Amino acid sequence: MDRPTGPPLLELRGITKQFPGVLANDRVDLKVMPGEIHALLGENGAGKSTLVKQIYGVLHPDAGEIRWNGQPVTIADPHAARALGIGMVFQHFSLFEAMSVLENVALGVDGVHDLGALARRVREVSEQYGLPLDPSRDVYSLSVGERQRIEIVRALLQDPKLLIMDEPTSVLTPQEVERLFETLRRLAAEGRSILYISHKLDEIRVLCHGATILRGGRQVAACDPRQETARSMAALMVGTQIKPPTKAAGATVGAPRLTVDGLSLPSPRAHGINLHDIRLEVCAGEVLGIAGVAGNGQAELLAALSGEMLAERPEAVRLEGRPVGRLDAAARRNAGLCFVPEERNGHGAVPDMSLAENAFLSGYRRRRLLAGGLIRTDRVAAFAREIVERFDVRTPGIANLARSLSGGNLQKFIVGREVLQEPLVLVVAQPTWGVDAGAAALIHQALLDLAARGAAVLVVSQDLDELLAITDRLAVINAGRLSRALRTAEATIEQIGLLMGGLHDTPEHQPLETALA
Amino acid sequence: MLRVEPRREASPALTWATPVLAVVLTIVTGFFLFLLLGVDPLAALYAMFVSPLASVYGLSELCLKATPLILCATGLAIGFRAGVWNIGAEGQLILGAIFGGGIGLFWSPALGPLALPVMCLFGVLGGMLWAAIPAFLKTRLGVNEILTSLMLTYVAVLVLSTLVYGPWKDPQGYGFPQTQFFTDISPWTEIPLLLPETRLHWGFALTLLIVAGAWLFVTRSLVGFQVRVIGLAPDAAAFAGFSRTRIIWLTMLLSGGLAGLAGLLEVAGPIGQIVPTISPGYGFTAIIVAFLGRLHPLGLVAAGFLMALSFIGGENAQVEASLPQATTGVFQGLLLFWVLACDFLARYRIRLAQPAVGRAVP
Repeated sequence: MDRPTGPPLLELRGITKQFPGVLANDRVDLKVMPGEIHALLGENGAGKSTLVKQIYGVLHPDAGEIRWNGQPVTIADPHAARALGIGMVFQHFSLFEAMSVLENVALGVDGVHDLGALARRVREVSEQYGLPLDPSRDVYSLSVGERQRIEIVRALLQDPKLLIMDEPTSVLTPQEVERLFETLRRLAAEGRSILYISHKLDEIRVLCHGATILRGGRQVAACDPRQETARSMAALMVGTQIKPPTKAAGATVGAPRLTVDGLSLPSPRAHGINLHDIRLEVCAGEVLGIAGVAGNGQAELLAALSGEMLAERPEAVRLEGRPVGRLDAAARRNAGLCFVPEERNGHGAVPDMSLAENAFLSGYRRRRLLAGGLIRTDRVAAFAREIVERFDVRTPGIANLARSLSGGNLQKFIVGREVLQEPLVLVVAQPTWGVDAGAAALIHQALLDLAARGAAVLVVSQDLDELLAITDRLAVINAGRLSRALRTAEATIEQIGLLMGGLHDTPEHQPLETALA
Repeated sequence: MLRVEPRREASPALTWATPVLAVVLTIVTGFFLFLLLGVDPLAALYAMFVSPLASVYGLSELCLKATPLILCATGLAIGFRAGVWNIGAEGQLILGAIFGGGIGLFWSPALGPLALPVMCLFGVLGGMLWAAIPAFLKTRLGVNEILTSLMLTYVAVLVLSTLVYGPWKDPQGYGFPQTQFFTDISPWTEIPLLLPETRLHWGFALTLLIVAGAWLFVTRSLVGFQVRVIGLAPDAAAFAGFSRTRIIWLTMLLSGGLAGLAGLLEVAGPIGQIVPTISPGYGFTAIIVAFLGRLHPLGLVAAGFLMALSFIGGENAQVEASLPQATTGVFQGLLLFWVLACDFLARYRIRLAQPAVGRAVP
């Protein structure tokens, strides 16, 4: 499918943006033709967000030129961008949970005051593009996919010529992704352009007509993703060949290490998810994955496993057969269960403490960093240095604050801290969320190696590709219920997607009931 | 248009320079204040800040006043680091004086040479008891400790009055609301002097020892580490398995105990008996001392001396320069004002708002 010739809808020439200490965009060129779905591809920190924020008027380039329909323009703010015909759907939604869909749309649309007319237009647009949406529903009752539709409809109401989508599929089930792609293709067929930001190479190959690849703030390639392989684009994105994680051959699965047996827990938070009769078993040498769309009870399950939330019965969580359900996080760690939480800053690490102190945070008992109640600073420093070296943490030194590390480096540090404690069981949440490909590969390999050494590893993630790559078995959590585990090698994407969407073994399952329980 | 924005990072040098700058600005402000009042500013400032330091006796008084301030502030600072806001050190100080002093009044003859150590112990226990009430209410019922600890201070004042106007009043005291002198009951109740011819006693040395211990506790012990993590990142503390309830109890009892010890040292030391007014607000001033000292043990020793100087200098200014009693309060207020202002400017900067168009890079 060749694109029409003529001036590009959007053209960037030599866009440069300097932040203190980092050149976020260095003479970036980009062209988007009318009707084109153009991918902006790059690792975390490659400068994708900075670039699109300049297109949307949130930031302003230090140097370079933005052309719209061939004419140079200055985009002062998002209002000016929308006036030109640029719409944007952000990765993190800006919705008010306590308000209705319609009210949320009205807040984001310039100069609309007639709610009745707006409601009709919302219905029209949502039907026209296959985005079913009830304007009167309250946002808190909607799924993540439905919330994203609000953002898309809100952008489409402005009749944009260019729609910018920032990592839109990171929160969707495979079926929802497929539906989104249909909508995007329909928009492109109407002659609208889409700038599609992602790091998921397979999606880009099936969806996009052109791609611009950024690395370290520079444009390293402009290519046709249909002509490339995922591997060749990954190499361009990362700069080196990424080695896929490898499992040690002949690894054997041993006795059960972590057993969760009929765990039911009410969530302590308002709008939280209650856990219902969770059952799982992770054996020595095995990696079990838990997939699911965010907000389906993952946070509650992780807290119940780590010991931050106590089970009602000690037998509900067992470690090598020993009941630990009523033990707190420190006691469970002493018993051999280590944990990598989803949130790095403020949960897995203390941002305002040094790396050495953060090494001490969870490692003091298993690594014997105490003597008579006093901290053995020499041993703490040695442990922190060991983490930094073994896990390739890029930092000037262990006296640096955790907050000074990039997301990927801090994640390597946290995973390293837990892995080097040689736990019997490691529970990991979102091991590579927001982490660059190089760090992700290192973390995946470290988890597989740990399992190969005989530990049981439980990975809770929303990234299905990640789970398919590293797990032996895979279960899905939906509305606080966990499906039975499938063998990863035998599971199909469709099967997992249906489970993620809530189609469990029990057909009469009612989501409303579980939400009210 | 003016805009306030956070600085990218606060330099450690600036963190320590701001209190010094605040002191300088306080003195400059005081200079102009005295000028406006028609008082010779140099003479007044001399009376406030220099003449108290010009003699050994003056210095010993400074150390004496600094003792309860530093003791209370040391305990409070540890609590503040954990985000436990004990505002009631004044009341805990009074309870320490009542418990320890009660031992001195009634049991010291029986205790013999052990009288003073037991008095100190009960002073600590009295302060702990008073701090245990807000700790219990907070950990069991979620009641805000700021309110409970503050209100208990007024209860403590009334308990003290009830005792010294009633059952504990000295029968030979011509009806004055005060107890017997402890030394009249047992010679073993006296705190030995550190310097002869002054009122400075060994409590000051004990205080410095406690500060050193607190420093070791905060920087090197597991529990001190837990205190810091709970204050900085409560979720990370939960991740590590540190118990918040335990740390609330610990810091409340620690700060209450140290305030109680301060109260006992006051009544057994310079006052010598229990009277209706034991403290000119040491427990409250200690809050300023803790923050002025950046919650750091060494910092709050310096801040303790500074605030002690404001107490003594204020009294001295009344005598030498005929300034009103309010001078002390005004200077303490000025100092706090400037500390907060300098802190704000160290962490944020004020800029003229930028126009919307970006600048070109050369």
